[in-house]
Amino acid sequence: MRHHSNGTTRRDLLIGAGSLAGGIGLAGLVTVQPSQATPATMQEAIRKVVGEAIVNKGKIKLDIPPLTENGNTVACAVSVDSPMSADNYVKAIHVFNEKNPQPNVISVQLGPRAGRAEIATRIRLADTQSVTAIAELSDGTFWSDSVEVIITLGACLEDPV
Amino acid sequence: MKRTCAALLLLAATCAAATEIPLAERRSSYETLSPETKAMQDDDTANPAMLWVLEGETAWSRKTGEANKSCADCHKGAGETMKGVAARYPAFNEKRNAPVDLEGRINICRTEQQKAPAFPYENRELLALSAFIARQSRGLPIESKDPRLKPFIDQGRTLFEARQGQLNLACSQCHDDNFGRKLAGIPMPQAHPTGYPVYRLEWQSLGSLQRRLRNCMIGMRTEFYPYGAPEYVALETYLMWRARGMKVESPAVRP
Amino acid sequence: MARALINVPAKAKRGEVVAIKTLISHIMETGFRHSTTGEAIPRDIITTLVVTYNNAEIFRAELSPAIAANPFLTFHTVATESGTIAFRWTGDNGYDVSEQATITVE
Repeated sequence: MRHHSNGTTRRDLLIGAGSLAGGIGLAGLVTVQPSQATPATMQEAIRKVVGEAIVNKGKIKLDIPPLTENGNTVACAVSVDSPMSADNYVKAIHVFNEKNPQPNVISVQLGPRAGRAEIATRIRLADTQSVTAIAELSDGTFWSDSVEVIITLGACLEDPV
Repeated sequence: MKRTCAALLLLAATCAAATEIPLAERRSSYETLSPETKAMQDDDTANPAMLWVLEGETAWSRKTGEANKSCADCHKGAGETMKGVAARYPAFNEKRNAPVDLEGRINICRTEQQKAPAFPYENRELLALSAFIARQSRGLPIESKDPRLKPFIDQGRTLFEARQGQLNLACSQCHDDNFGRKLAGIPMPQAHPTGYPVYRLEWQSLGSLQRRLRNCMIGMRTEFYPYGAPEYVALETYLMWRARGMKVESPAVRP
Repeated sequence: MARALINVPAKAKRGEVVAIKTLISHIMETGFRHSTTGEAIPRDIITTLVVTYNNAEIFRAELSPAIAANPFLTFHTVATESGTIAFRWTGDNGYDVSEQATITVE
């Protein structure tokens, strides 16, 4: 799959879908470069954070709409079931992706002062892919959740620059 | 006799506007947005377009140009004086004997009153002022009542219904005849300009209606007009007439 | 120039968990795009947001090019005492923007 910038795989999608674009002259407009992230790169990025620890399923919930209108701005919320007390709290939340040019999305440091382990942001997704969120707890354990996201795109696009 | 006349008139009217969407069936594309995108538009603390509105608020009071005047010097508080303005633009300008859109009107004030150089289209400060002014009309119905606009509405309609470009495609074919159906996975909107200037997720920025129309023309594979062209203003005038009565949502968020 | 939009409740009860929303103007150029002539457009992103509450750090985020333009970030904090919540965004090309909000805690 060829990737470029914040999603000219849509160029391929448009041409492939045999839509109105009719594949005219789009290839001449932009250069493409191969994606650098793969499911393996994502696993590697997760290993860097988690080390040798086991990553458990549960406690953390990753909220991304399964279908989104534009990969440039995708709502992304993460919440972790935790009392956020002085001896039992979420230290950090990390979000990773598998098909963007690089695997990291965001890393957030929290603590008992947060009161609630809940964050929201807007992310970019270059293609339909899996997104993974990992919570690091104060007791040294790691918990994860993943979501499969389908990216669609508007039909009438602008020139790239 | 009266009933036959009325029926004939109705028939004539419907024939003349054969492809136009019946007034009661018009919908803003807000309704086809995902819940997350709707939430982005509805929450002023989360709507990226508000960044421009706030900049516009600051620019409103900034003295500038050789006349060293701010918008506020003449127009006082935008909350009162700009209410309803964006809802009835493009408006007919007597001096130019033609309609002028909101960005065009801001530039007229800038060059003639503030004696400062005109902003180029899509300039950040121009968009900020436009967003700030348009925000003052949020919730108000779009108005298109000036009879002097009629020839420009007609010109805009002709442009909207004309087949053009490499695909021999007319705007009306998607937006009048096929709205609601999917194109490359996205539902086609009826294309009402209820939320301009708009934060378009595709641009990751705020942009004017002209930019969006230019965008459409690129997508249609047709030669697009340069920014500021009277054809854009005619199209805007027609689109606002076509959306008359619908509520202003500015500044909106769209995919 | 209003570059940032912060939403901190003006008042809160002691011990209440409050939501804080931040939105800042920034292109977040990924560094993966190319111009039509083939030149790479250099990366230009916000890399870090640090939030302090009366000078104690309560939140830190490391952003990547995968964060959408005009970064929007919301999080929570316990309203402990009245004071200043300070926000500092830093990033590529010496980007360094600070904003503050006050909170009154009863």
